[in-house]
Amino acid sequence: MMALVQWISLWLIPAIIGFILLYGTWKRVPTYESFVEGGKEGIHIAFSIIPYLVGMLVSVSIFRASGALDYVMRGGKPLAEAIGMPPEVIPLAIVRTISGTAALGMTTDLIATFGPDSFIGRLAATIQGSTETTLYVLTVYFGAVGIKKMGDALKVGVLADILSFIISFFIVLFVFGK
Amino acid sequence: MVNLIWAAMALIGIVFAAINGTMDEVNEAVFKSAKEAVTISIGMISILVFWLGLMKIAEDAGLLAKLARLFTPLVRRLFPEVPKEHPALGYIVSNMVANMFGLGNAATPLGIKAMEELKKLNGDRETASRSMVTFLAMNTSGITLIPATVISIRMTYGSASPGEIIGTTFIASSLATIGAIFIDRYYYWKRTRGGKR
Repeated sequence: MMALVQWISLWLIPAIIGFILLYGTWKRVPTYESFVEGGKEGIHIAFSIIPYLVGMLVSVSIFRASGALDYVMRGGKPLAEAIGMPPEVIPLAIVRTISGTAALGMTTDLIATFGPDSFIGRLAATIQGSTETTLYVLTVYFGAVGIKKMGDALKVGVLADILSFIISFFIVLFVFGK
Repeated sequence: MVNLIWAAMALIGIVFAAINGTMDEVNEAVFKSAKEAVTISIGMISILVFWLGLMKIAEDAGLLAKLARLFTPLVRRLFPEVPKEHPALGYIVSNMVANMFGLGNAATPLGIKAMEELKKLNGDRETASRSMVTFLAMNTSGITLIPATVISIRMTYGSASPGEIIGTTFIASSLATIGAIFIDRYYYWKRTRGGKR
């Protein structure tokens, strides 16, 4: 099983590159010229993301560095305990929506502390793997194309994250037991 | 809404720091995170240039249209506003496929490109369209087939079976994506019912 996963992750990207180049050549696409033309857009997009990302990351990091985030997370604990969820994963669930690097750090820490094959370790891994950092996706995707009014996107994204967290808990509980 | 949340996070943080005496940390965090944001953006240039270049070949060769056609019944239902065989659908599908395989760095450029096409469809307005919200909802919960990073962490800490969370991750993310679509539809229903837009 593991060998297969490793094999796939090793071969997947080269296979995609090879396939697109082969198919493009066969369809008589000027591959190199198309590549350059498409690539140029990438530079523009990367630069236009900067102000959005700076704004968002600074605000999030003030919130985190001041200790306000820890305070919010402490508030979530009794709620988690009420439905039998280990309170240790609550910070991860909250941070997962806001900051990807912080969440990855927390997941690593939980796995290191409780062991990868513990209930908490498996739950942390599943939470980390099954959702994206909503705030980051929102900032980057909308920032890159200059969307300023997000409509219901943030609400929908956050609710989906909460749902995903609850589902992860029950699935891990059901598949592996406590 | 975003304006409010954005300002509130920073303001609450500053007030909290004043009470807790963590103003030093806040000062440091401001400049560190601003720098980090620029580093991330600049670091994305290589990935964006490479994947957007490659996907341009795929688009020119008609591969994206083919991929979109393959998933037409599903994607059409999810994005009823997008015309048939529009390049946006091709980018949406390839973004979802890249996400499934845990190719985060390939997925981001494709997602941005999909957004760009959706924005064009929306008359270049600066307001998120219905399709954009749906696309975002699906992306934030994204179906994951191979959570590569997590597996490697589990391997590092000596798991007996690092890959065993593939199943739970797949089920959890699939169910969450379905849930996200319903949440999105609920809000769309709420918006239109009021006769707005």
